[in-house]
Amino acid sequence: MRKVFGFHGGIHPPENKHQSVRTGIADAGLPPELIIPLSQHIGTPAGVVVAVGQHVLKGQVIAEAQGFVSVPKHAPTSGTIHAIEERLIAHSSGHLAPCIVIVPDGKDEWIECNGTPNYETLDKPAIIELIRHAGIAGMGGAGFPSSVKLSVKAGTTIQTLIINGTECEPYITADDAMMRERADQIIEGAKILRYIIAPQETLIGVEDNKPEGIAALRAAAEGSGIEIVEFPTKYPSGGEKQLIEILTGKQVPSGGLPSQVGVVCQNIGSTVAIYEAVVHGRPLISRVTTVTGDAVREPQNFQVLIGTPMRYLLAKAGYLPEKNSRLIMGGPMMGFTVPDIDVPIIKTTNCILAPTEKELPRPPPAQACIRCGMCEQACPASLLPQQLFWFAQGKEFEKLEQHNLFDCIECGACSYACPSNIPLVQYYRASKAEILQMRRDHEKAEASRVRFEARQQRIEQAGADKEAKRAARKKVAEQRALASGAGAGEDPIQAAIERAQAKKAAQAGAGNDESELEKLEKTVVSAQKRLTTASAKLEEAKAQNSEFVEALQTGVDKTREKLAAGEQALAAYQASNNHASAPQAPVADAAQAAIARAMAARQAEAALSPAEKARADLTKLQQRLQKTHATLIQSRDNAQEEKVIVALESTVARLTDKIRSAEQQLQQAENA
Amino acid sequence: MALMRLTSPHAHGPMSTQRVMQNVLLATVPGILVLTHFFGFGTLVNILWGSLLALACEAFALKLRRRPIGFYLKDCSALVTAFLLCIALPPYSPWWLIAIGIASSILLAKQLYGGLGYNPFNPAMAGYVILLISFPMQMTSWAPPRGLGEMPGLLEALQACFLPALYDGATMATPLDILRQNNSLLMEDLWQQNPQFGLWAGLGWEWANIAFLAGGAWLLYQRVFTWHAPVAMLAALSLMAAIFYDGGSSASGGSPLFHLLSGATMFGAFFIVTDPVTSAVSLRGRLIYGALIGVLIYVIRVRGNYPDAVAFAVLIMNFAAPFIDYYTQPRTYGHSGKPGEK
Repeated sequence: MRKVFGFHGGIHPPENKHQSVRTGIADAGLPPELIIPLSQHIGTPAGVVVAVGQHVLKGQVIAEAQGFVSVPKHAPTSGTIHAIEERLIAHSSGHLAPCIVIVPDGKDEWIECNGTPNYETLDKPAIIELIRHAGIAGMGGAGFPSSVKLSVKAGTTIQTLIINGTECEPYITADDAMMRERADQIIEGAKILRYIIAPQETLIGVEDNKPEGIAALRAAAEGSGIEIVEFPTKYPSGGEKQLIEILTGKQVPSGGLPSQVGVVCQNIGSTVAIYEAVVHGRPLISRVTTVTGDAVREPQNFQVLIGTPMRYLLAKAGYLPEKNSRLIMGGPMMGFTVPDIDVPIIKTTNCILAPTEKELPRPPPAQACIRCGMCEQACPASLLPQQLFWFAQGKEFEKLEQHNLFDCIECGACSYACPSNIPLVQYYRASKAEILQMRRDHEKAEASRVRFEARQQRIEQAGADKEAKRAARKKVAEQRALASGAGAGEDPIQAAIERAQAKKAAQAGAGNDESELEKLEKTVVSAQKRLTTASAKLEEAKAQNSEFVEALQTGVDKTREKLAAGEQALAAYQASNNHASAPQAPVADAAQAAIARAMAARQAEAALSPAEKARADLTKLQQRLQKTHATLIQSRDNAQEEKVIVALESTVARLTDKIRSAEQQLQQAENA
Repeated sequence: MALMRLTSPHAHGPMSTQRVMQNVLLATVPGILVLTHFFGFGTLVNILWGSLLALACEAFALKLRRRPIGFYLKDCSALVTAFLLCIALPPYSPWWLIAIGIASSILLAKQLYGGLGYNPFNPAMAGYVILLISFPMQMTSWAPPRGLGEMPGLLEALQACFLPALYDGATMATPLDILRQNNSLLMEDLWQQNPQFGLWAGLGWEWANIAFLAGGAWLLYQRVFTWHAPVAMLAALSLMAAIFYDGGSSASGGSPLFHLLSGATMFGAFFIVTDPVTSAVSLRGRLIYGALIGVLIYVIRVRGNYPDAVAFAVLIMNFAAPFIDYYTQPRTYGHSGKPGEK
């Protein structure tokens, strides 16, 4: 007798398995329609390869696998593709998912199947490929593609292959029924797996509450070297990690895979499906499902096509809807309630549980946690559930992770044991989701941070490059200056400033008769000019009967006055021929004259028609642009200071914009 | 038909908090009967009056906190506190003493912290210590056991409680007091000179302890708690007594058997130390928690100045429980070594 190990915790809920094994596995037959969800497994959903209206044969591929962790879907019977649309599926979220709907033609006509009974002629990857093509995913729990599980990383030695016949969830008997009726197929499937994996030992683990199944397996395994290991019934022995510990005494490292401790596990249902796929070439299109609970008259196991609506299957078992208020897919410990009775059976549907209210009463309101520790004694992962509960309530995520929240397998043993009816697992699920969300957010933030820093670095680099170029240009300019011999090393700007200062100083030569006289003369001349133009404009305005006539008139009068004043001042200056007497007045007059000039210009401008004004603006702008542009080119050639060039560039840009808008205005004005 | 949506698990075990509390209440019955047999109706009257007050206090606090009164009273936790405190109080205590004790337990030690599950200190022991410090005279006067004085009847017991001024009952030093105050007599002589001693420990006390042990064993059988804390406490107490039992000289602290069957040892081990709310949580933590209580009981009994040490020892260790939890996190499946590490 083989040594069997134990695991921490566990509970003994009422088994309720006898109800559904009183009769053998019945055939559920052909339902009026089959709904095949594209995703029935962990991983990428399959991609549709059929069209609505197309006729398909039983076993024909209707959706192809996409990616490594994905499996194809096959038509469960011959018929017509009725629709490819979103339907409610059996998922705890209750969401809609893309499904292929097939209406059977009743002929149940198989596509050609090529089995390989002597599979030993094939190499291992070829068999794994067969399994993948047959669409086989774990049929007990999460539905992990079997081919992925069997593709063990090169260099990993597997000591133990375990076929999981534990079926520790209460009520479910699908595996038990198969062990009783199809022990040969299980053993054959196990042999195929053994051929692929080449382990040192092959074990089938079964809880001791299935004596008939164990006996049948032992008889079938006679002489095959496959060992049937029986161990005490305790929930959740069937959890992969728990079963590995029971049979090998080893624990799968946290976050790791069973292959890390030299173990590969497969479910009974998957083993039979693998046998069918390899030996007979038949894909996974049907499975054994337990229909049980007090709300069905005849609880039993059915061989049912994937995609069969639950309503059809429940009716076969004598469903009593008036007694039932929730439908559970799976068992009472880890199963989930389905959103609707019309959802289809999928590859992982090992049980449909239709309990009465009395059988599984709805949970009473939760009481306070008294830290009794019953949850801790039940936890198969050796966690401290009540501590996790406190931390989950307080949203202390760091502490939750420190207390290994993510090692929780959500078996529900703690909630079952809790005397205060606290929905512990729900708290853990919610906290896990929250932490995962936070991690995703953190990753996003991290990515943006990296992006930002890269950008910052890029900008700095660009700046440094520019700086280097500028230094190089400056050097060239200096050399050029040196070569031309003018003011070696003198800064051009400095030179310009000095020039300007010199000029100013020259102008400011106080008491210069010549300039004073010139100024006065200039004032008079310009005043005369302005008077002439203003008078002309006034005439024009008068001719056009413009509204500006009055303003222009005032302008002309004022200019005339100025002119008079200017002439007077000039005369006075010339007359006095004196240095001291004149300067004040003419200077004041000059300022006044400038003001007058400006006002006159404005008035003149105001006198223009909008179109003319716009045209004038445009011309002015264009001139400025040309000038700026020329300066810019010059500056560039002269390797001017970076700032100057940038300023000039921006001026050019601004002017270009202004010209554009001025052109628009002109156009508008002309249109008007 | 709209189907109900619930999350797993859908099945629930048979245990409920209410049942846990009721089991605890039931398990105190043998001890109460023995106490009544040896010391008269005093303890029963204590319990009756205390329970009424406890329910009233709890209801009052729940009303103030706007919580559903019926829902929380049903969990029987207030009754458990009342039973435990009233068993610990001397029989024939006056009504006001009990009232102050219960109010301290329920209002201060329990509801003020947020009610059941949130109290850091054992409510019954907190109430007991408040009384012991405030009213040492009343708290140290125990009635003589059957056979060593006149046994008051039920009427007198009621009078002692509700008309304390008119009651004049006899009191006597407890065996623990006698032992502590002894400094000249060998154990053997002490035994012979004092009628309060019985076969192994105090007359009456030893049987009360055995009765509480029986109740505790039944609770263990019912899986209301695990064996770790009580067994560790009893073992540590015995060990301490064995180390310092020098064959029975006048300086001896008493034999292990004497300590196991004296005072509130068994009552404390199975009804106080096992209080889940205020103890350490992990199994390893409970071993440490229980053992340290055992050590403290011995030290305070032999070196301290109070009639018994369970209440103080428990309260001190209540302080330490979160600390113990921090260091005794069990190794999670698939992890090696220390908590938090992979």
